[in-house]
Amino acid sequence: MGKLALSERILMNIEKPARYIGNEVNIVKKDLNDIDIRFAVCFPDVYEIGMSYLGIQILYDFFNRRSDTYCERVYSPWPDLDKIMREENIKLFSLETQTPVSEFDWLGITIQYEMCYTNILQVIELSGIPLYAKDRKKGDTFVIGGGPCTVNPEPLADFFDMFYIGEGEVSYNEILELYKVYKESNMEREEFLRKASRIPGVYVPSLYEVSYNEDGTVRAINPIYDDVPEKIKWQAVMDFDNVPYPMKPVVPYIRATQDRVTLEIMRGCIRGCRFCQAGMIYRPTRQKNVNMLKEYARIMLDNTGYEEISLSSLSSSDYEKLDELLSFLIELRDNDHVNVSLPSLRIDAFSLDVMSKVQDIKKSSLTFAAEAGTQRLRDVINKGITEENIIKGSHDAFLGGWDKVKLYFMMGLPTETDEDLLGIAELAEKISEEYFDTVPKEKRNGRVMINASSSYFVPKPFTPFQWAPMITPEEYTRRAYFVKDAFARQRNKKSLKFQYHDAEITVLEGVLARGDRRLGKVLYDVYKKGAIYDAWTEFFDMNRYKEAFDENDVDINFYITRERADDEIFPWEHLDVGVSRRFLLNEWHNAKAGVVTPNCRQKCSGCGAAVYKGGVCFEAKN
Amino acid sequence: MKLRIKYEKTGVLRFIGHLDVMRLFQKAIRRAGLDVAYSKGFSPHQIISFAAPMPLGMTSEGEYFDGEFNSVTSTKDMMERLNAVLPDGIKVHDIVLLNENAKPSMAIVSASDYYIYKNEECDKDIPALLKEYIEPMMNKATVEVVRKTKSKEEMTDIKPLIFDLKEYEDGIYMLLESGSKANLKPELVVAALCENAGIEYNRYDYMIHRLETYMGDCKALKPLSCDGENF
Ligand code: SF4
Repeated sequence: MGKLALSERILMNIEKPARYIGNEVNIVKKDLNDIDIRFAVCFPDVYEIGMSYLGIQILYDFFNRRSDTYCERVYSPWPDLDKIMREENIKLFSLETQTPVSEFDWLGITIQYEMCYTNILQVIELSGIPLYAKDRKKGDTFVIGGGPCTVNPEPLADFFDMFYIGEGEVSYNEILELYKVYKESNMEREEFLRKASRIPGVYVPSLYEVSYNEDGTVRAINPIYDDVPEKIKWQAVMDFDNVPYPMKPVVPYIRATQDRVTLEIMRGCIRGCRFCQAGMIYRPTRQKNVNMLKEYARIMLDNTGYEEISLSSLSSSDYEKLDELLSFLIELRDNDHVNVSLPSLRIDAFSLDVMSKVQDIKKSSLTFAAEAGTQRLRDVINKGITEENIIKGSHDAFLGGWDKVKLYFMMGLPTETDEDLLGIAELAEKISEEYFDTVPKEKRNGRVMINASSSYFVPKPFTPFQWAPMITPEEYTRRAYFVKDAFARQRNKKSLKFQYHDAEITVLEGVLARGDRRLGKVLYDVYKKGAIYDAWTEFFDMNRYKEAFDENDVDINFYITRERADDEIFPWEHLDVGVSRRFLLNEWHNAKAGVVTPNCRQKCSGCGAAVYKGGVCFEAKN
Repeated sequence: MKLRIKYEKTGVLRFIGHLDVMRLFQKAIRRAGLDVAYSKGFSPHQIISFAAPMPLGMTSEGEYFDGEFNSVTSTKDMMERLNAVLPDGIKVHDIVLLNENAKPSMAIVSASDYYIYKNEECDKDIPALLKEYIEPMMNKATVEVVRKTKSKEEMTDIKPLIFDLKEYEDGIYMLLESGSKANLKPELVVAALCENAGIEYNRYDYMIHRLETYMGDCKALKPLSCDGENF
């Protein structure tokens, strides 16, 4: 066991020192003498969140399969340690060997949500790597970004040497091979980047020039050299059964948010909800072989000792061999004391039966992602769930003994009216009435609880709603109060609960999600004003952002409340995720007309993702 | 069948909290494939319980937990299987099959002994500076210290809880009452010595290592593992 990067004095004075000591079960150890490339993978949030994220474990496993590469993990230091590191000039270090990140060849950061952008700056700066990519020289660490937010990485363009657009397992070997040539020769950093930009999925922002129209919109995005590709294509894993999977995931000592084995059963989603970015960029839907999943589950449980397993996918009910997989999980539960958690299951007789076998009905609640309060608005967003589905599902559940229901909604969806908002409260009321109709008095123990919670809609790139305006924070707040009032007027109001989020963070998410390169300076300034952990309400301070927007003459309404013209060039126009602009625009028009689009299994809508030559697009034809 | 398992927690794992050690063992028992018993109900859990909580920052070679098993093999086999899957810093030293009438370890802990030694990162050698204050303290009838509880601070006499206190190798040895009846933390004794010596007290300036956890009367202390036999 080596020495720790932090002293006893520091470790005894911070919260949860176990976040920083490494040495967890299943970490990879390598002899540095055999290593050509040191790669640090980072999830820019606190350890417990980062360790719960499957993607890092996949990359960690993937890189460490290479005998010439040693991949280690890094997370954002919590604000208590952040302060000490700045005061005492301590550099951010990797967990495995406790080495400063600046000594690594690569720092790979996964970018999962907009509100971690300031943490990204924190990680780069604390690592001792120049914050701006343009200031880095030969010998400095390369900073590469990946993950869903890279479909519009423009606000972060100044801070990254490159982004990897797509699923990580595809082109990284090519990048690292080229890197070895760079490292061992006198190839300049710029030359390496230019060569790398020709590898599929690699986006080097400094090799593209953005020009703007007078009204502030983008005029054009062009590569600055002829040999740099005009479009960067999203990379998808198409041989989904044979892609390496982390069979020996690292097991944290402190309780992570997801303290269990996660089994990815499917990537992508056939449904096509119009607000959902994951449902668009991870097209086409690909499923894993059920026998392989069973084998993975056993091996991973044996290798980790976890007592719980969870399925991961955007919509587990659409996995075709779900029956078989669930019977297997129930067996695991009964024979091996493995708890089973089943997120994202559609509520019907079948799933209720399964759930009654794996969870305590009295303690658990059922979840419906209704998203909108009326059928009209659900058609606008192409959410294929009806009021009838929800009432019928609740009815069956009440008969089965459940008495808690959770409902998820979004406020501020395109075309939303007060009637749709009222519908949120009315739907909750109808479910509670269904309870009283279904369950006779003598069988009711305690009160039925309908918990509705609502987030605010944020338009995301590469969705049909990328053209949509957002409403102002004031209007968000008005709508939230409106719904709250409506809840208070319902007959069964004592059985209903309504919760909503803070609007300001949502507005910022909206600005960053569809932002352009001009926001890089704002991010820099906000960070220099002390912003980190903006995803955490206790650390988030809107005033820092307001000041930075003002100082940089940025009008946030340009990014949020403006409806984009059909032919507007977006800041992410040079990226191509498979789904075509034509399809998305068509979907935007369908949305405004309230026309629904069938899911991929009902009828192919020719979205463009068939270029990947696999998955659901070819299912029926196999 | 009830087993009592003795283990050490050393090295960087001193920064892992008590509950985390529990979760670590639950997973290790599964990885080792031991036939542990589970509680009934919808979220079954392993029937194991720990003898004494261990504060962050302390290492130990005398920790215990009890576990209910459906079947057992032998001390040697079970130790080997556990040690093969435990991380660096945690190691099982002994496993005994508990006697019929053995009480849970948590209920019978009566004392622990500790070795206080120098923190190599600290310029001051705290134990060396405190040595000359040991005898005077042991010669006093009472040792009054301020004890903080959740709600208040009060003066208490810790002298009756100090069974032994002496120089030991390059540091200090102390045998203190612990358990549910009365529990004296070694930090309090070090703090009292520091006060007598006029040295500023910081927990991180020195290291604590627990040597053993005991049961029984203070005149006839026995390690917790004496409550059963190897098998
Ligand atoms: S091409 Fe058709 S089947 Fe394939 S993802 Fe698009 S809509 Fe679905």
